[in-house]
Amino acid sequence: MQFAVLMGFVLAASSPMLNRWFGERTSLVLALFPALMAIWLFSQAPIVMSEGSLLLEWSWVPSLGISLSFLLDGLSLLFGLLITVIGTFVLIYAGGYLKGHTDIARFHLALVAFMASMLGLVLADGLLTLFVFWELTSITSYLLIGFNHTDMEARKSARQGLFVTVAGGLALMAGLVLLGGASGSWSFYEIGQMESDLREHSLYTPMLICLLLGAFTKSAQFPFHFWLPSAMAAPTPVSAYLHSATMVKAGIYLLARLHPELGGTALWIGILSVVGAITMLTGAFLAIHHTNIKKLLAYSTIMALGTLTMLLGIGSEYAMTAFVTFLLAHSMYKGALFMVAGILDHETGTKDVTAMGGLRSAMPITAVIAFVAALSLAGVPPLFGFIGKELMLEAALGAERFDMLLVLFAFLAAILTIAVAAIIAFRPFYGRQIETPKTPHEAPFSMLIGPAVLALGSLVLGLAPAMLGADALLTSAATAVVGEPLQVSLSLWYGINMALIMSIASLGLGFLLFKRWDGVRSKLAMLAPAMRHGPEAGYEGLMNGIVRFSEWQTRLLQNGYMRNYILVMLVVLIALIGNSILVRHAPQLALTLDVRFHEVIVAGTMVMGALFATISRSRLGALVSVGIMGFSIALIFILFSAPDLGITQLLVETMTVILLVLVLFRLPRFSNLSTTLERIRDGAVAAMMGILIFLLIMTAWSINQFEPISMYMVENSAPLAYGRNIVNVILVDYRALDTLGEMFVLALAAIGVIAMLKLRHGENESKSVEGENGEKASVKEPYDG
Amino acid sequence: MVKSGTIILNTAARFLMPLQLMFSIFLLLRGHDEPGGGFIAGLVAAGAFTLYLFAFGVSATKEVLRMVDPRDLIGAGLLLGMISVVPAWFMGQPFLTAQWWTIPVIDFKASTPLIFDVGVYFAVLGSVMGMVMALMEVDKDEP
Repeated sequence: MQFAVLMGFVLAASSPMLNRWFGERTSLVLALFPALMAIWLFSQAPIVMSEGSLLLEWSWVPSLGISLSFLLDGLSLLFGLLITVIGTFVLIYAGGYLKGHTDIARFHLALVAFMASMLGLVLADGLLTLFVFWELTSITSYLLIGFNHTDMEARKSARQGLFVTVAGGLALMAGLVLLGGASGSWSFYEIGQMESDLREHSLYTPMLICLLLGAFTKSAQFPFHFWLPSAMAAPTPVSAYLHSATMVKAGIYLLARLHPELGGTALWIGILSVVGAITMLTGAFLAIHHTNIKKLLAYSTIMALGTLTMLLGIGSEYAMTAFVTFLLAHSMYKGALFMVAGILDHETGTKDVTAMGGLRSAMPITAVIAFVAALSLAGVPPLFGFIGKELMLEAALGAERFDMLLVLFAFLAAILTIAVAAIIAFRPFYGRQIETPKTPHEAPFSMLIGPAVLALGSLVLGLAPAMLGADALLTSAATAVVGEPLQVSLSLWYGINMALIMSIASLGLGFLLFKRWDGVRSKLAMLAPAMRHGPEAGYEGLMNGIVRFSEWQTRLLQNGYMRNYILVMLVVLIALIGNSILVRHAPQLALTLDVRFHEVIVAGTMVMGALFATISRSRLGALVSVGIMGFSIALIFILFSAPDLGITQLLVETMTVILLVLVLFRLPRFSNLSTTLERIRDGAVAAMMGILIFLLIMTAWSINQFEPISMYMVENSAPLAYGRNIVNVILVDYRALDTLGEMFVLALAAIGVIAMLKLRHGENESKSVEGENGEKASVKEPYDG
Repeated sequence: MVKSGTIILNTAARFLMPLQLMFSIFLLLRGHDEPGGGFIAGLVAAGAFTLYLFAFGVSATKEVLRMVDPRDLIGAGLLLGMISVVPAWFMGQPFLTAQWWTIPVIDFKASTPLIFDVGVYFAVLGSVMGMVMALMEVDKDEP
């Protein structure tokens, strides 16, 4: 399982290369990956259904009990199949949609990386594994929304999506850490097996709230829903895949995963069902404001996500059956509808449904697909969506708390959704033919196959729900969500009951709303001024506030003068460390002088160098004398038999001098020297710093609070790490993780320096006449040592 | 102003650079047992190229580097570092656990720490060269 996920990332990394080899067929080649994964998941299905779950574990940080483990149970199987099956079609579809696009390689890379991250997310068993993949989906989603990076709107939307989901991710991490701490385990599987009840734990409330914040931001629940419609700036295959079928369901997945352990309390039921219901109605209500077909679909996705959250909140067995059914149904019809929207956009050149009409004759197959998928969205029998909606209404009617509210909201949302479905099914395809920017014609096969299969699936599963083992799949998924065995058996006909009556009534009212849509929309337009004060305005306000705050504190703290930074840092250091040494260790300090003659000479050289550096009137002179100090330190290292440190110090010193010399040429002469008062102040700070370091060394020398670890390293270096050079063994073996981190820091610093230099370089070329300003800027040239 | 053009420096640089590079590889390979290692070796190699850079200028050095951009070296270094993390995983051990293989004929100890060290080497070399060359390039164009 882990190799499969890893394969995805390797494939993503190599996709630019594949692109060179296969050209336009790359999408098809890449689609093999999710297709094979889907087949593998299908092959595991019988095992999962009989055993309940499959667990695979690899050690990661054993000392903290953290491992990279993967879990395949009914729930992850259902999600995994959605990701891989829809992913296959989306990749094929993208090949047609982005045919000839210059940046298609970048698109493939991000999309396949997303696919692997999403698979990792739903297969993860470790809490932290899940978190890592969770963040990866946020990042890949950001890259995909901002795919048209020259478009400012796309960049803004990408940033908005990233901020909202990553802020939620932060809360999620806090929640997961609380969960891991409270349960004492970092594995979902182990937590599920535990006797103790986490609901009784004293940290239950903060834990749940943090986890819910993570899930709600990811799954665009009210009041965080605003990022999802903005995310429609992404190319349509991305909207179909990430922003309806998979990524936005990650939050829902997390809630479902946590339900057996954390669900069922008054807090859980209250928050989830009410927030879910509000999201459901908000999404459906906002949908009919829009004529942009992708926004219509995005808001109806919000409605569906709200419904799923609400069902998890209700928590009855009925609700869970409804949950898994609605989940499957929604992914199928919404994926198909988004792809249809992409076809319409691609073939007509507009996204506005009111600017299309009579396309039925030009695009007959698309019209049929749109019709079938929209019927499923509307919940008309015999489509699979009907079963989902029926169960959802039934679950709302049977809710233990807030049942009247939930039923009312569900009914209103159903009416609005039916109107949306009708708009998409009829508006572009029937009525008067309208001139569109492009002359419409039927889409290529690669773009039709995906939506066609998904729409057909909605029909087949509706007519015969037991086909293709859907019953068994949903049973095992629902079992995983409930935490105990549950039998799901679906059928189109449950007899005449309240839910059916509501369904029929909503169909009528929804169709009426569709007929009056144009009038209703102009009435709704009057509400626009009030709508501006929604959560999105809050987000904008918050962002602007953060920017203003950073500007203020940057002006205050970061005045651009290196000398001020150093002064502040040193004073703080002296105050904190000096205080601690004097208060806690002063009586223990002892000084024994046992100095050799040559040591005195080296030390004397250093003092001379330091003195000369402070009084020198030229930069080069100061630099050279600092260099002398550096080389003397290297000498000391070598005298005390640390050749590695000595060599390193020598080389670093040489490189520093070279780099500084290169920078020095760009600096003007000392323009204003310090005043006497400043010199006294600086001298005092420097002297105190010297005394502090002296005290620090004495402290380190005379106080041993722990057994030094160096002996362990000396003893084990050769037998365990096969190396006699301990310094090197520490760097590349004992503490290789630290070194790895340092390598990244070094690389980032170098890239930062290169970027800044190149950037200034470019500026100079464009405005080469500004002599005085240019000089002033070069004084402030930041230097990263 | 940096490109010197003195005969002594030019001649010395021409002969010293390959020697320094060989020395850096020597330091890299012996690092696990004797003083040396990727960081030091990387700095020595960077020193070699910097000397050449001072003697012959940026464009000549770029030719010597044969189209290898220092920034690519940084990437290669990080990639090698990350690659050395993985083998332990396949052996069912925690990440970064050192793996050792002996290549029989030449009796050479190959290991993930060595791969890691080569990664450090490239990262250091690339970082320093990237910064120095960027600084030199800015210099070149300004009066």
